[in-house]
Amino acid sequence: MRLALEKRETLPFRIHLLLPVGAVGISFLLSFVPILCAGANPFTAYSYIFYGALGTKTSIVETLVKTAPLILTGLCAAIAFKSGFYNLGGEGQFYLGALTAAALGICTGLPPQTALPLIIAAGFAAGGIWAFGAAVLKTKFRVDEVVVTLLSNYIVIYVVSALLDGPLKDPRTMWPNSPTIMTAARYPLLLGGTRLHAGVLVAIIVALLAWVIMRKTTLGFEIAATGANPKASAYAGIPVIRTVLIASFLSGGVAGLAGVGEVSGLHYNLIEKISPGYGYAGIVIAMLGELNPVGVVLAAFLFGTIITGAQMMSRVTGVPVFLADVIQGITLLVMLAVLILTSYRIRVSLDHLRGAHIKRGITTEGTEYTEYLDADLRR
Amino acid sequence: MPTDLLAMRGIRKCFFGAPVNNDVTLTLRGGEILALLGENGAGKSTLMKILYGLYRPDAGSIFVRGAPAGIRSPADAIRSRIGMVHQHFTLVPNLTVAENIILGLKQKGGIFLDIRAAQQHVRAVSERYHLEVDPAEKVWNLSVGERQRVEILKTLCRGAEILILDEPTAVLTPQESEQLFSAVRALKAGGKGIIFISHKLEEVMAIADRVVVLRSGAVVLERRTSDTNVQELAAAMVGHRIDCRAPLRKRPIGSTILEARGLWVKSDLGIDAVRGISLAVHEGEIFGLAGVSGNGQRELAEVLSGTRGIAAGEVLFDNERVSGKAPRELFERGYGRIPEDRMESGAILDFPIKDNLVLESYYRLPFARHGILVPEKIEAHARDILRNYSIKARGPDAETRTLSGGNLQKAMLARALDSGPRFVLASQPTRGLDVGAACSIRSRLFDARDTGAAIFLISEDLDEILALSDTIGVMHRGEILDTMARAEAGAVRIGLLMAGVREGRA
Repeated sequence: MRLALEKRETLPFRIHLLLPVGAVGISFLLSFVPILCAGANPFTAYSYIFYGALGTKTSIVETLVKTAPLILTGLCAAIAFKSGFYNLGGEGQFYLGALTAAALGICTGLPPQTALPLIIAAGFAAGGIWAFGAAVLKTKFRVDEVVVTLLSNYIVIYVVSALLDGPLKDPRTMWPNSPTIMTAARYPLLLGGTRLHAGVLVAIIVALLAWVIMRKTTLGFEIAATGANPKASAYAGIPVIRTVLIASFLSGGVAGLAGVGEVSGLHYNLIEKISPGYGYAGIVIAMLGELNPVGVVLAAFLFGTIITGAQMMSRVTGVPVFLADVIQGITLLVMLAVLILTSYRIRVSLDHLRGAHIKRGITTEGTEYTEYLDADLRR
Repeated sequence: MPTDLLAMRGIRKCFFGAPVNNDVTLTLRGGEILALLGENGAGKSTLMKILYGLYRPDAGSIFVRGAPAGIRSPADAIRSRIGMVHQHFTLVPNLTVAENIILGLKQKGGIFLDIRAAQQHVRAVSERYHLEVDPAEKVWNLSVGERQRVEILKTLCRGAEILILDEPTAVLTPQESEQLFSAVRALKAGGKGIIFISHKLEEVMAIADRVVVLRSGAVVLERRTSDTNVQELAAAMVGHRIDCRAPLRKRPIGSTILEARGLWVKSDLGIDAVRGISLAVHEGEIFGLAGVSGNGQRELAEVLSGTRGIAAGEVLFDNERVSGKAPRELFERGYGRIPEDRMESGAILDFPIKDNLVLESYYRLPFARHGILVPEKIEAHARDILRNYSIKARGPDAETRTLSGGNLQKAMLARALDSGPRFVLASQPTRGLDVGAACSIRSRLFDARDTGAAIFLISEDLDEILALSDTIGVMHRGEILDTMARAEAGAVRIGLLMAGVREGRA
């Protein structure tokens, strides 16, 4: 038996809106299995997730605070993927942003009025330059960016650990933490008595900006064109290399902002494991949001809800909090499957058993072609 | 009346509810050459794929020598003594001719191959049918024409009595085509039945005994070639008469617009693909570059379109050096470019049509202002183009993937010509298009010529070169062997040059 994927006609827009909803629904159903294995009632578990995340004012604030970095790392992946630059380095770029915020935040020499804007700009630049480097390797030397960005995460994370055990270590504690940043380096709080900080607002503004750039500007046009067909884009005169470099910088920069938010808005110092995998969750969020900034905000909110609510669910039902990670993983797989099945149809063919020879890419009439399952799934 | 060697009766096949073959009936006798004629999309290929077992018909039946043939796969077709030579060859380059031919054949003698016997057998068959080729030669050493002969030999050695040749001359030089015709005549004399797919009318008149014309999946005409003529066949193919002769020139040829001097270009593999070419294209002139594909035309086109660097020499536009300039600068200087491969380098198939139409000009007025796109202008531009170039599309927002080949090519042409270019590079502008679409593209090129554009046409289709060009150059192995005015050019002279034969040496 041979499985072949054939390109389908494009689906109408409203179906595209339903795709992520369906994918999330399927993922929730599939997650019944691990919940049952943990000995809990799935409906009880889910109701505690939603109650724990959205039931009270405090819990809603907590969910928003978790959503903010997810929006930014989701945008990081979305911008890069749209340009055809598969940046899986959101996690490392996040850490660089956090490191920059902590390092500058403890410099008492900074003028108080400009400390925060400076930290935001520097954190953006730190993450951006890191992704930009991978883009240079890709465009100049054809080094695969997936490998480079993924592996460079470890470099950053371990460098941060080393710094926290050395020069950046707070001498007053025995933990690998940096000293607390000065007040001028902190995001102001939006709601007294809660942890709701201005970083949440920053995330939403950045998402709006990203939407404007992608939909309304020539740069967004160039990014989408380069990602969809670099050869035709180059032929038509679009500066594809410059476009990938710009997209990579914006992508990494946005992830850096997420790291800034965690230090300046939440912890007020740099700690080891400051990200519970926000960078990787961003990849799932970008896919679920179909690389659209608005979709990313919605997907990030959903994931923020699950991560926050999983705490209460765990306390009440005894299901480990890791369920949140399990749901994320399942959602990614389901969404990828949904995307493939909606743009391709699977054709099961038995012809080759009878001696048929179906060639890859028969194009006698120019319109018809066959692709096999091992074709480039990244596109 | 003798039994037909092959009869297909009432064949019907639908794709996605649209009929591609509608009640097609077709017969073939032994010792007969039947031409299957039709535009792209007329259903020729589908019909033949049904005969060869690659598709199953929704209705209808196939009889071989009067008996129903249950053909469900190519293996069944081969058993029924049907052989097919595809346009794209299926040979293993690093095996010899004989090895390729016995590949997949069951043979006596257990696990040991008797290559010598195989070679003798191949030699005997090849001599009988004028299919000269050395059985011991490795396939990668062979020319396209020779490889095609190997494909035909392959079907014969599998016992084929019915041969399907799918546009066999599309890849051949005129001389190679002549050789093919002599082989086809020998096969006919040997009692084989041959189905010859083509859309070249002269060729059909020259070789076939009988011709069946398909249009929109149905048989619209069946004639003995002795009872018909090119005009009737053309009319049957397209459904209405088409006159595609060059209109009278409205202005004389003017000054030089584009000039190449001593141009050397390397291919992707680092081989010299273009070897010291010099040429000039003038205002109001169509310069046609003829040649068999793979002789450096692609690399030359890429240099002229700004997507490939040069090794030596220079390209001048208005006496200014433009070699090494990026596509955007060329566009701004007044280049219009039609890429060779509209699906890959031409259009972004996932984009709406309107965006592909501004893919070169999106960044400047009126389509963008200070880096912000102006969607109304982009949309209005697309509406104008779709109307002015009679492109059949669902609308400016329709995905470009949904366009047919001809309409996509019209869109590419519109993009290249709409900015009023002074130089137009047209690479294979009508490849794979049917007569109607090709004709409309050609008349646009004539219009551009008459407004004073210098047009550089690269085409493998000799008829197209002869129909369009004012000046003709012939490229062979990276060199332009000769350049001549249209009046001095004849198909034979150009054909010889395409094969690398300079006059006086033949």
